[in-house]
Amino acid sequence: MSATLTGSAGFLAKFETLQGRLPGDSNMRAAAAAAFRAAGLPGGTQHQRRLESWKYTSLRPVAEARFAPDAPPRHEVETILSGLALLDAPRLVFVDGAYRADLSQPPAIGFASFAEQAEMGTLTWPDREPMVALNTMLASDGASLHVSADQDGGVVQLVSLATRDIDIHPRHCIRLDPGAQLTLLEVSAGQGTYLLNTVAEFHVAEGARLTHVRLQDEASTAFHVSTAYANVAKGGTYDSFTLNIGGRLSRTEVHAELAGVGAVVHLNAAQLLDRTQHGDFTTVIRHVAPNCTSRQTVKNVLSDRSRGVFQGRIEVARDAQKTDGYQMNQALLLSPQAEIDAKPELEIFADDVKCSHGTTVGELDAEQIFYLRSRGVPEHEARSILVRAFLAEALDAVANETVRAWLERSVETWWARRAV
Amino acid sequence: MPAVTETLDTVQSVTQSGYKWGFETAIEMDLAPKGLNEDIIRLISVRKQEPEWMLEWRLKAYAAWLKMEEPHWARVDHPPIDYQDLHYYAAPKKKPGPKSLDEVDPELLRTYEKLGIPLKERALLAGVDPDTVQQTQVAVDAVFDSVSVATTFRETLRKAGVIFCPISEAVREHPELVQQYLGSVVPVADNFFAALNSAVFTDGSFVFIPKGVRCPMELSTYFRINARSTGQFERTLIIAEAGSHVSYLEGCTAPQRDENQLHAAVVELVALDDAQIKYSTVQNWYPGDSEGKGGIYNFVTKRGACRGARSKISWTQVETGSAITWKYPSCILQGDDSVGEFYSVAVTNNYQQADTGTKMIHIGKGTRSTIISKGISAGHSNNTYRGLVRMLPGAAHARNFTQCDSLLIGDRCGAHTVPYIESRNLTAKVEHEATTSKIAEDQLFYCRQRGLSEEDAVGLIVNGFCKDVLKELPMEFAVEAQKLLAVSLEGSVG
Amino acid sequence: MLDIRGLAASIVGKPILKGIDLTVPEGEVHAIMGPNGSGKSTLGYVLSGREDYEVTAGSVTFNGIDLLGMEPEQRAAAGVFLAFQAPIELPGVNNANFLRTALNALRRSRGQDELDAVQFLKLARAESKRLAMPEDMLKRNVNVGFSGGEKKRNEVLQMAILRPKLAILDETDSGLDIDALRIVADGVNALRGPDFSALVITHHQRLLDHLVPNRVHVLAHGRIVRSGGPELAKELEKSGYAGLIAEAA
Repeated sequence: MSATLTGSAGFLAKFETLQGRLPGDSNMRAAAAAAFRAAGLPGGTQHQRRLESWKYTSLRPVAEARFAPDAPPRHEVETILSGLALLDAPRLVFVDGAYRADLSQPPAIGFASFAEQAEMGTLTWPDREPMVALNTMLASDGASLHVSADQDGGVVQLVSLATRDIDIHPRHCIRLDPGAQLTLLEVSAGQGTYLLNTVAEFHVAEGARLTHVRLQDEASTAFHVSTAYANVAKGGTYDSFTLNIGGRLSRTEVHAELAGVGAVVHLNAAQLLDRTQHGDFTTVIRHVAPNCTSRQTVKNVLSDRSRGVFQGRIEVARDAQKTDGYQMNQALLLSPQAEIDAKPELEIFADDVKCSHGTTVGELDAEQIFYLRSRGVPEHEARSILVRAFLAEALDAVANETVRAWLERSVETWWARRAV
Repeated sequence: MPAVTETLDTVQSVTQSGYKWGFETAIEMDLAPKGLNEDIIRLISVRKQEPEWMLEWRLKAYAAWLKMEEPHWARVDHPPIDYQDLHYYAAPKKKPGPKSLDEVDPELLRTYEKLGIPLKERALLAGVDPDTVQQTQVAVDAVFDSVSVATTFRETLRKAGVIFCPISEAVREHPELVQQYLGSVVPVADNFFAALNSAVFTDGSFVFIPKGVRCPMELSTYFRINARSTGQFERTLIIAEAGSHVSYLEGCTAPQRDENQLHAAVVELVALDDAQIKYSTVQNWYPGDSEGKGGIYNFVTKRGACRGARSKISWTQVETGSAITWKYPSCILQGDDSVGEFYSVAVTNNYQQADTGTKMIHIGKGTRSTIISKGISAGHSNNTYRGLVRMLPGAAHARNFTQCDSLLIGDRCGAHTVPYIESRNLTAKVEHEATTSKIAEDQLFYCRQRGLSEEDAVGLIVNGFCKDVLKELPMEFAVEAQKLLAVSLEGSVG
Repeated sequence: MLDIRGLAASIVGKPILKGIDLTVPEGEVHAIMGPNGSGKSTLGYVLSGREDYEVTAGSVTFNGIDLLGMEPEQRAAAGVFLAFQAPIELPGVNNANFLRTALNALRRSRGQDELDAVQFLKLARAESKRLAMPEDMLKRNVNVGFSGGEKKRNEVLQMAILRPKLAILDETDSGLDIDALRIVADGVNALRGPDFSALVITHHQRLLDHLVPNRVHVLAHGRIVRSGGPELAKELEKSGYAGLIAEAA
C-alpha cells in the first residue's frame, strides 16, 4: 500500500503496484477493482451513498488507518500463537497473510495454498459486497481444502496471525464431496493496527456435513472483516458457531444458501464486547429448496461503551415450500453506555412455511442477581454466572465437547480480563 | 355476529361489483390547472383566504421539496410519478361556507349516504347482550377532494370547548394554535412527501381539546378523492391539552379509475401531560383492478408526539385499499411514562403493495410502547412490515413489545418483516416476535365440516388472526373493518 | 340411512380402508371399535370429506345422495357432523360467533330463516346449560386454551346446536372423567330419534353403557371383521381384539 494514501485510494494504489504479480485470474481481479472503485469502503467517506447492509457499521476508522506492509514485524509470532492454546490437531497457520509451513501441520486430507493454486471460487459476489471486491482484488494467499466423498476430514485448524500494521486479504475455499465430513476451526489473532479482510466459501455437497467454529480474538486495535458464503446441497448440513471477542471493529458476514431438499443450516454466534469495541454479525439465510431447516441463536453481551450489531435476514424463495426457519437474537447490556442495534428480517415468497424470529434486549435480571447474592454469591460472581447462563444457549449448540470446552475457555479469559 | 353475517352478505354483494365504493359522483368541479409551481401554491393560499404567514410556510416547504428526492428504500415499485401532471386543487363548485347540511349539494349528501355516514351498524358481538351495546354519536368532518364540505355536531362540541373544524378554517380563526403546532411534529422538510404536502395541502381536519376535557363523542373524518388526475393532500392536526381525551376516526375511499392517483397526507398529533389520543383509520382507497391497473398511491406521514408526562397516543389502522401504501404512524415518546401504541392490519391482494409499520422513539423515562401488526398477503401482492424501536440513553426502564404476524394466502405473494431495534439504555427492555405462516388445512376443514364455504372459512380465520387489532377499533368501525377484510380477500382462495 | 359399500381409501398412497361395507339405518346408533391404526378415524374423515384422503373404491350414500361427490360444507349441509378426535383451535375466532355462522350457513342451505344474535344466544345458552358447560365457553376462542375435556364437550355442544342427521363421534369419550362421559352420552341420547343416526368410534365399553348402540362393528386392518349387538362390546372388553383379528386373518 502506498505510504501516502489511505482508505479506498490506498487499496487501489496497492493493487496498481501488485497487478500482474498476484496469482489467479487477472480479469476477475480487474473487475473486482472496478467494483471496489465504484463502491469504496462502506462508510469510508462522509459523502458516500449509504448501503442498507452497512447501516450500523462504518469502516471510516479503516479508511483513516495507515497500513505499512513493508515495515518489519513488531511482535513475536510465537507469543501470539502460544496465547491461543490451539488443539492438538492438524493446523494451517498464516502469518501476516502468508502460509507458514514451519508453523503448520497439514491434515491427512491434503491442502493447497491459494498462493500456489489460486482458487477464487464461484459463490462470492464482489459486485455487491465492497469488501469482497477488495479481497478479490488483493487476495494473495489462503487455504483450499477438499474432502472426498464419504471421508471424514476430522478437525482442521485454520489460523491467521498478524504481527504488524498490515492489510491482509485471505481467500479460502472449502469443498466437501457427497457424504463427507469436516470440523473446521478458524482462529484469528494478532497484535498491532491491522486489517484482516477474509473471504471464504464453503461447498457442502449432498449429505455432507461441515462444522465450522470460529474464534475472532483480534488485537484491540485491529479491524476484522470476514465474509463467508456457504452452499448446502440436498440433505447436507452447515453447522456454524462464531465467537467474537476481539478487535476494535469487526464485521462477520455469512451468506448461507439452502440449495437442496432437506438441507440444514445453523448460524449461531456470540459476541462479547467491551471498551469501545464494535462488533457486527450479519447473516443472510436463503431458502431456495423445499423442506429445509435453518436455526439461529445469536447472543450479544455488551459492556462499557461497546456496540453490538446483529442483522439477520431469512429469505424464502417461491419454491422453498415447507421451510422451517427460526431465529433467536438476544442482547444483554451490561453498561449504561453500551448499545445494540438489531435488524432481524423475514422475506417470504412461499406460502407453506413456518418462519419466526424473536429479539430481546435488556439487562441482567435484578431479582436473579439478588437471589444469588442472598445465597452468599458475591455480586461480581452472580453476574458472571448469569452472563454465562445467557451464553450457554448459544454455546451448547457446539456438539464437539473438546471444541466447546476450548470456546468456553476463551469466554472465561474474556470475563477475567474485564472489570465488571 | 351481525358483523360476520354482514361480512358474508357483503362478500356476496360484491362478487359482481368488485369494488363497492367505486362510484363516481357527478358534481361540478373547480379545478386548478395541472402542475406545481409557486403560482399554484399562491392560488391555493388565495382560495383558502389564508394569512400571509401561511403562504410563507408553504413556500418554504416548496423550496425544501424542490431539493429533495423521492424516497426509494421502501419495498414498493411504481413507474415515476409526474408531479407536473396533477391538479393540486380541486373543489366542488358551491356557495362558500355552507351553514348547514341543507346548503350542501344534494349529490354530495347522497355520496356520503352511499359511504354509510353516519355509520348505523350496531355491533352486536357474540355473548354481548343487545341492551348493553350503546349507540354512540359520531361527529363527522367530510373532505371531498381538497375541501372540507361538512362538519357535523359542531355546536355540541363547541359547548364542551372542543374545536373540530376544517384546517383551512382553523388557519383563519385559530391562527395562534395553528402557528404554534403546525409542523412541530412533522417539520416541513421531514421527508419528500411531507414537504410536498406542506406546500400544497388544501384541507383536512383540525381538532383542539382543551385542558381536562374528555371529548363527548367520537370525531370522524371521511376522505374521498373524486376528481380525475388530482392529488389529495390533506393535513390533520390534533392537539390534546393536559388531561384531555379524544378518539378520532378516519375513513378513506376513492372511485375506480384506470390511472393512479396520488394521496400524500400528513397527520400530526400532540398530546400534553396525561392527555390521550386514539387515532383509528380504515383505509379503503381504490386498490386498482385485479390486473394491477389503477389505484391510489397512498404516501402518508403520520406522527404523534407524546410531549407530556403520562400522555398516550394510540394508532389503530386497517389498511385494505390503495395500489401502494407507504405509511408509518409513529410516536415520539418524549414525556416520562408516556405510552405509544400501534395496532395494524394490512391486507394486500391482486397486485397491491404495502410497506407499512411504525416508529417508536423512546426518549423519556419509563416510556412504553406496544406494536401489534398483522399482515395478510394474497394474489400477487407484497406486504411489508417495517418498524423501528429506538431506546435513547434517557429512556430508563422503557419497554417495548412487538408482535408481527404475517399470513400468506396463495403462493404468488410475498410477506416481509423488517424491524429495526436500537437500544442505548441498559434498563430498557425490548421484545420482538415475528411469525409467518399460512392458514392451516385442518382449520379450513374444521370450518367446512361445520358447514362454512371455503371463502367464508378464510374470512372467519383471517378475522380471528386480526382480532387483537380489530378489538382496538371503536365498535362502529370494527364492523366496517371486518367487512372490508372479507371483501379485500375476495377471489384469493380456491 | 347411511350406506357404505366396498369403501377403500388411502393417504399419500398408503391404503387404510380396504373395503368397508356398513349400513346404518335411520334412528340407529352404531359403535365402531377396533385397535389403534385400524382405520376408525380415517372412516370419519372420509365420510366428512377431508381432502388428504383419496377414495380408491366403493360408494357412500346418505339418504340416497352420493356423499363422496360433495364438498365438506355440502355434506355438513346434508346433515353430516364429525366430532373431531382432536378438535382444531381457531385463534381469535369467538366460539359463539363461529357456531352462529355455521348454524346460519346450514339454515340457509335448508331454506330456513337465519337466527339473529338474540335468538341464537338464547339457544346456545340453553344448550350449554343442558350440557353443564360454563357459559363463558361461548365467549372464548374456538378450542383455544380449552382443556382436553372442554374441547370434547365443545364438540358435543356444536352437535347439539347444529342438530345433524348423522353424527360421527371420533373417540369423543377419550380424556373424559365419568361425569363428563355421562354428559356427553346424554347429549347424544337427547338427539336420538327417527331422523338421527350416529357412528360412535370408541375404544371403551364405558361410553356404551350410557349410550347403548343398536349394533357394534369391529374394524381391523381397514375392514369390518365382526358385527354384533351391544353384547359384542362387552365381550371385547373381556377378551380383547387379538382373537378376532386372528380369526379374520
